Amino acid sequence: MSTQLSPQLRFDGFVVGAANRLAATAARTVAESPGTGYNPLFIYARPGLGKTHLLMAIGHAAQAINPALSVEYVTLDDFVEAFHTAVGAGQGDAYRRRFAESDILLLDDVQFVTHRRETQAELLRLVDQMQASGRQIVLTSDRPPADIEAFDERLLRRVAGGLVIDIAAPDYETRVAILRRKAEERQVVFLPGVLEAVATLALDSVRELLGALNRLIAFQSVGNAPLDAEQARVVLGVRAMASDVPAAPSVTSPDPEPEAVVDEFGEFLSEVAETLTRQVEGWRRRVEEAVARWDGQGYQTARLTRLLDRSVDGDPAETLSAFVADVETLQALQAEAGVLAADLAADPVFRDPDGVAAAEAFLARAQEGASPPPPPDGIWLFEHLVESEGNKVALRSAHAAATRPGLAYNPLVIVGGAGVGKTHLLHAVGNLLLASPGAVVACLNAQDFTEELIEAIARDRIAPWRARYRRVHALLLDDVQLLANRERTQEELYLLFNHLVERGAQLVFTASAEPGEIDGFEERLASRLAGGLVVHLPAPEREVRQVVIERLLGARYERVDAELASFLASRPAESVRAVQALVQRIEAAADARHCEPDVALAREVLEGAPPRAPRPAAGVRTSGVAAGGFRSPEKGVWEWPDLGERLIEEWR
Amino acid sequence: MSLVNFTTREITCKIVYYGPGRSGKTTNLQYIYGRVPEARRGRMVSLATQSDRTLFFDFLPIDLGSISGFTTRFQLYTVPGQVYYNATRKLVLQGADGVVFVGDSQARRYDDNVESLQNLQENLLAQGVDIRQLPVVFQYNKQDLPRDLILSPAELDDALNFRGVRSYGADCLHGHGVFETLKGISELVLQRLAAGSPAA
Repeated sequence: MSTQLSPQLRFDGFVVGAANRLAATAARTVAESPGTGYNPLFIYARPGLGKTHLLMAIGHAAQAINPALSVEYVTLDDFVEAFHTAVGAGQGDAYRRRFAESDILLLDDVQFVTHRRETQAELLRLVDQMQASGRQIVLTSDRPPADIEAFDERLLRRVAGGLVIDIAAPDYETRVAILRRKAEERQVVFLPGVLEAVATLALDSVRELLGALNRLIAFQSVGNAPLDAEQARVVLGVRAMASDVPAAPSVTSPDPEPEAVVDEFGEFLSEVAETLTRQVEGWRRRVEEAVARWDGQGYQTARLTRLLDRSVDGDPAETLSAFVADVETLQALQAEAGVLAADLAADPVFRDPDGVAAAEAFLARAQEGASPPPPPDGIWLFEHLVESEGNKVALRSAHAAATRPGLAYNPLVIVGGAGVGKTHLLHAVGNLLLASPGAVVACLNAQDFTEELIEAIARDRIAPWRARYRRVHALLLDDVQLLANRERTQEELYLLFNHLVERGAQLVFTASAEPGEIDGFEERLASRLAGGLVVHLPAPEREVRQVVIERLLGARYERVDAELASFLASRPAESVRAVQALVQRIEAAADARHCEPDVALAREVLEGAPPRAPRPAAGVRTSGVAAGGFRSPEKGVWEWPDLGERLIEEWR
Repeated sequence: MSLVNFTTREITCKIVYYGPGRSGKTTNLQYIYGRVPEARRGRMVSLATQSDRTLFFDFLPIDLGSISGFTTRFQLYTVPGQVYYNATRKLVLQGADGVVFVGDSQARRYDDNVESLQNLQENLLAQGVDIRQLPVVFQYNKQDLPRDLILSPAELDDALNFRGVRSYGADCLHGHGVFETLKGISELVLQRLAAGSPAA
């Protein structure tokens, strides 16, 4: 039966020196072009010098070049046994075909063909057949063909017709190279001079050399310090130079018992060390894999590296799982930071599993920003607003937005002239929103928004500034038209807008004009604002003015003069602010006269009616109209041209 | 006792030699004691009767030095084999990381072997340890006796080793099989490190 090629025995693991260079070259040639060069190739060498290694390397290399090639590796003993079995089963022909039809036949330990005439005859037939069909045959032996006892003369000639080559014992340099490569493969580091000392020992075969290396590795692994060259010689002296070095190495402690006894414990020690090292290496490998994995993902792995350096106490499994847990915490924090701002999430603080607390603090700071976002002013409440036919839509929409944030109208844009109550309504919405537990509501003027941004830029605190607003549940921005031509602020608002809408946060804006009509307002932002609900807040109607006036008077005087309130409400006003100014004028006049205001006083102040008390009757003119000259409002002039026009008129 | 202590970087393997009286448990330890360099072995504590029967237990600590950064120690115990010392056996068995069952190969001791093995299972079970979960190897001692007096390792395997764990023929008096057995149980015990499940 054929044997599987050992995966370790390849050309790249074969150290080439002067003693084996020719054999290695021939083997490579055969592998690269089987059946065309040296056929058959006969390699002979003493045991342990690499015959089998070369044989299998040929198989691997040939299959690597052409995977379709069929390669049979078999030792002569197996070849004979399989032949006998096949013949016994009446399958002799099938057996012959199997080998004869293989592309490369690798036959090991041919020296055992001695005195086996039938096998030799079979082998002769096989060589002839394979040579004739251009198939490659490679044979190895521990002696030259001529020295194989009772070797068939015809077979000898066939072999001699190919290439017969030997492998000599490796020279010193090759031995050092072999030892270094194997030590490297085993990841063992020796002190300088140790391997060189081993190479000087009278160990002719590579196998013995590797046995010596294994012994050194075992003893070094159980010692407290690396072996030096002298100790290495002593360690190997027990086996390789027993007659030269009688004492056991210090690492195993000198023992008075005979050598065989020392070996018994030494072997036990070596095996335990090997097993233990393998097991420890198991978890060390797991740790190394974890280091590679997390390091690859950009996480700091100092904790795991310390574990490998053996300077940290604790179960590696526990340390590993704790590390993974910390990484997961960091990932969660990072994701939270990412919600606030992408550049926050990229901060290195989220890459250090030893600094979870720092990451938490960083996120907390980011969430808080420099200070909490400005809340709505508590004095402006929704219940203070007076609903009328004209403002009904605006008020109800605002209420809906406040009670169903993000769901009803988002964004809500309240458009109106100066003083009509946009700011009041905005803050009132904000206060309603604040009623929800945990709600964070930012309510501020657009000018302040810009100022904050400028300061954040100046202090290089853009990320926290963004974070400050990105965590809010509602953003209420007053007088958004003030952002006209503020490109950077508009850009930030645009990003914030998208982020908040995506999060389902409520947005409410007030503006003096419809978004699309504001000059210097970016279209992408205007279109987003217009995409929600735009409602108009008109100038206060009479009933609104009446209520406002009654409230204002009621706040000042015990009794509200209904006639006065009605009179004042009947006067036109473009804004609530104008109504307030009206009331203030009357109150000021009343204060000057130390009386309570009434309609007469109001008429006098507003329409120029004569005072009830004696006062100068003439000489006081106002723009050409004698004070108190008209009693009927219909004869009064209610709208005066502005000062410039009046001056031009008078100058003419 | 735990097999591996990562805090102190120590590995301590408690191995208990179990088996019927006169099967050769103490002889195992004595042989090992004689082969361990003085610097690496502790004092062997042996509490024996006047007739050299183990009264309480034998204890042999072996220090293997630092292996892969771990200070590695083996503690070898024997239990008194006599049936009436079961309380002592239970005590010694506590916290064992592995058990070597030393069977007597003599055919006439067949029943004693079976009885001792059953006793081992019972005592482990009483401590909440399933013998199937514990590293155990068999050693069939006295294989040097005349063939007609003894059972072969294969026969003893059939009778005792129904789980098919590792078993070793031995002649402890002359040391054959002693270290092989120790190596076998050590490997099984140390392999548990990889599973990350230190023995209780």
